[in-house]
Amino acid sequence: MTSLTALLVRDIRIAMRVGGGALIGVLFFLTVVTITPFALGPDLALLKRMGPAILWLAALLASLLALDRLFASDHDDGSLDLILMGGAPLELVVAVKGLAHWLTTGLPVVVAAPLLGLFLNLDPPAEAALVLTLLVGTPALTFIGLIGAAIAVTLRRGGLLLAVLVLPLTVPVLIFGVAAANSAGSPLFGASFTILCALTLASLVVGPFAAAAALRQEME
Amino acid sequence: MRLIASELACHRGGRDVFAGVNFTVASGEALTVSGRNGAGKSSLLRTVIGLLRPAAGQLKLEGGNSELTIAEQAHYLGHLDALKGSLSVAENLGFWAGFFGAPAIDVGKPLEAVGLAGLAALPAAYLSAGQRRRLSIARLIAVPRPIWLLDEPASTLDAAAQIVLADRMKSHLAGGGLILAAAHGPIGLEKAQELRLGDAA
Repeated sequence: MTSLTALLVRDIRIAMRVGGGALIGVLFFLTVVTITPFALGPDLALLKRMGPAILWLAALLASLLALDRLFASDHDDGSLDLILMGGAPLELVVAVKGLAHWLTTGLPVVVAAPLLGLFLNLDPPAEAALVLTLLVGTPALTFIGLIGAAIAVTLRRGGLLLAVLVLPLTVPVLIFGVAAANSAGSPLFGASFTILCALTLASLVVGPFAAAAALRQEME
Repeated sequence: MRLIASELACHRGGRDVFAGVNFTVASGEALTVSGRNGAGKSSLLRTVIGLLRPAAGQLKLEGGNSELTIAEQAHYLGHLDALKGSLSVAENLGFWAGFFGAPAIDVGKPLEAVGLAGLAALPAAYLSAGQRRRLSIARLIAVPRPIWLLDEPASTLDAAAQIVLADRMKSHLAGGGLILAAAHGPIGLEKAQELRLGDAA
């Protein structure tokens, strides 16, 4: 257990330092959402209708940003060799790295979302639904992304490949996340939200196992 | 404790790197692996800790902790230093100590042993190549493990640090540890067995 705690603390520390992924992700989220009203124009009804979709898309792209270096940086400096040697099961190591990534990029996005919802003219019930769906859905984005990050670990420019591999897999999360956020207050919310929860739970299980298998294959 | 390799072979990238490698290293003994560039010295060390799968042959550890794998009882000092530039010297060492299961450790002592005590708060990005290597060696001192696998341990070290390393290796051997080192030149272990790779190929 101590190994995993040490790894979690280290990854969070690195992300919070200068050049780490934590600030980049939430700043990117902020920027994309802020410039959207300039592109769409001052039509408040349109902004309100598109708001949840824009916030979800921005959250998805923000979570991808720091993901490509998640394993690659450890691979490049030799840390991954030592991590593979250690006694901790690789699946748990991968899950802990995913948790650190979510805490430093996913969670700040969830926290910033209500403020940015105001920019897009969302009313309080819609804001609440949006924050709830992001809170439940962003872990799925991270843990699906782990698979792509593990596959791209030895590639010099893995970022683009990562996006191509991961984005299609996140489509269901996007569909049900936006659907739930859009149906705030209506009976439809429950159905979409439940499916979103199910997708997250499934990705929390499948992601670490698939990513660990990919890493083992890559390191041979 | 004895580490025994029998008829070990390694196959990488479509070619045989080495084959038929046999050695036995017991507690208190050292084995230096030499050979031309590309002879498979690093591959041999990586095979021992399970980072590469042997194409043939067997590795056995007699008298170790049977609950643990060879890798879990070994330290590996590779070409890469496994340091994060944005973390301080003390944080880097503290992380590896914690990851290898010695969480509440005082990193001051091992840092002092390698002459980095004054730089504990400095981000590792500012270290020179030799200082990075010293910090990696501090990891071996901070967490006691019986098997040391060293890949060119003396490269980038200055004369003083090479003596410190040699002393550390000797006290490790005296304490019942065993060392496998890949090296081109002498690394200060007089009584080491030698294994030459690549002559047969």
